[in-house]
Amino acid sequence: MTGPGGRSSRTVWSHTFSDAMVMTRRNLLHYVRVPSLVIFSTITPVMFVVLFGFVFGGAIPIPGIKYLDYLMPGIFVQTVAFGSIQTGIGLAEDQQRGIIDRLRSLPMARSAVLAGRTLSDCLRNLLVVVLMTVVGLLIGFRFHARPSAILGGLALVVLFAFAFSFISAAIGLSLDTVEAAQSAGFVWVFPLTFASSAFVPVLTMPGWLQAFAKVNPVTITVDAVRLLFQGQAAGTQVVRSVAWMALILVVFVPLSVWRYRRA
Amino acid sequence: MRAVIEVEALRKSYGKVRALEGVDLTVPEGTVLGLLGPNGAGKTTIVRILTTLLEPDSGRATVAGLDVVDDARALRGVIGLAGQFAAVDETLTGRENLVLVGRLYHLDRAESRRRAEEVLARFDLLDAADRRVAGYSGGMRRRLDLGASLVGRPRVLFLDEPTSGLDPRSRIGLWELIGQLVKDGTTLLLTTQYLEEADRLADSIAVIDNGRVIAQGTAGELKARVGGERLDVMVAPASDVMAGAAALAPMAGGDLHVDPAEGRISLALPGGPPTVAEAVRRLDAAGVAIADLSVHRPTLDDVFLALTGRVSEDVG
Repeated sequence: MTGPGGRSSRTVWSHTFSDAMVMTRRNLLHYVRVPSLVIFSTITPVMFVVLFGFVFGGAIPIPGIKYLDYLMPGIFVQTVAFGSIQTGIGLAEDQQRGIIDRLRSLPMARSAVLAGRTLSDCLRNLLVVVLMTVVGLLIGFRFHARPSAILGGLALVVLFAFAFSFISAAIGLSLDTVEAAQSAGFVWVFPLTFASSAFVPVLTMPGWLQAFAKVNPVTITVDAVRLLFQGQAAGTQVVRSVAWMALILVVFVPLSVWRYRRA
Repeated sequence: MRAVIEVEALRKSYGKVRALEGVDLTVPEGTVLGLLGPNGAGKTTIVRILTTLLEPDSGRATVAGLDVVDDARALRGVIGLAGQFAAVDETLTGRENLVLVGRLYHLDRAESRRRAEEVLARFDLLDAADRRVAGYSGGMRRRLDLGASLVGRPRVLFLDEPTSGLDPRSRIGLWELIGQLVKDGTTLLLTTQYLEEADRLADSIAVIDNGRVIAQGTAGELKARVGGERLDVMVAPASDVMAGAAALAPMAGGDLHVDPAEGRISLALPGGPPTVAEAVRRLDAAGVAIADLSVHRPTLDDVFLALTGRVSEDVG
């Protein structure tokens, strides 16, 4: 019998890949069909860059660096961190509408829904990061590094977004409604992004907050990206940042898959 | 006939709530089993276990010979599921929804498109095929949802309350479509709160209450247990009630009640509605005038009353 039980491992892999692509395409179609999704997921980052740049730009002197150059990596990371909430909302919405039930009753790869969601969100983040870079350059932000370091920094931002989207996925699949996923997102993203070196140096914070801010993956990633954009030696920070992302993925990928199976 | 769905001693609890307390079911190939019961009876839990969305705590269940736990992935390749809520993507068009499902059954692009076209034609959705589902009516969404469950040409189809929340016209339309599917030989398990729906679509009905099968049989057998149709007659003047009762007694099979104050006679109709004419002739011959007459069909409430001695709480 040539049923699904008798498939070769090569067929299984090609199905796993094609299922993930089919789901990615479906999610991207949403962005094409619902212009408000595209507009708000691009206007907000542009607004962040412009407003934070002008509002804080003149107010916070940081020795040895132009504040806009200091701020921009922080804005990039903060924006994709908030953007990762969207992953959980998308999954909660599919669950609320019964779409996850239907998908789970199909002979498709069980990883495909998560892979499709995080991949399409990754592509959206790539677009957002490019857009923020262009707007940042327009208002006076400058790179002081070789192209390879710049690309490395941008890649780190996108990788960070990918890791964070799995935290969001695990939360979104554990909650019943879109509204809950939305509120829950802010609860964990807000403290992480603000109690970090995204906007001000950690040394200006009270001691207890410094202790948190110093180990915060947002601080570590922002510092790594900042050093890369400034053309300085970033090796240690990059390794620490990548280690954090690996840790997040090791914990939250299995957790999201487990939540998906129980959904 | 070979059994396509076999369920043995199935149990499932959610925390302290016992949803299924030992369910046994058998569905022969090419037949329709209706699971009838109020909300919370355990119908949906049974469907979720049989479609691999939920793992049972204990017991065994197979669909087309495949175990719901051990062979889950292969099992998903031979079933179709349409749920209580139309699980279609509102942002995509009807056609895109169907092609998406086809692709996830691992059909190639051309075959997915061909099947989508087939389903759209069959379910009268060709005109709306390239419009976004957000603009569809409730009935159209249900048809699309049902269509999506057929893209993979399943051997066994599961429909969880396929017509709940639909207006009567859409409901009858959907019944016709389901009826055609069944004629083509698809084995179907459907859950419903409506006796009429089970009666119309199912070869066999299992009545579920508190996580147990409390009765199983054909619609006719169940109705016989409920007592079948009843005839209610009001006579005028009310004082003629005894004369009327005497005239009707021979056809009631011993099941006849009289309410002298109201002038009402209530009797069983073992021969069903066709025997109403006989009742009218009998009353006419006895010179008893009829003020009002109605045939009362057994409802889910009657089934529950007869089987459990209580009225189901969720069905009005």
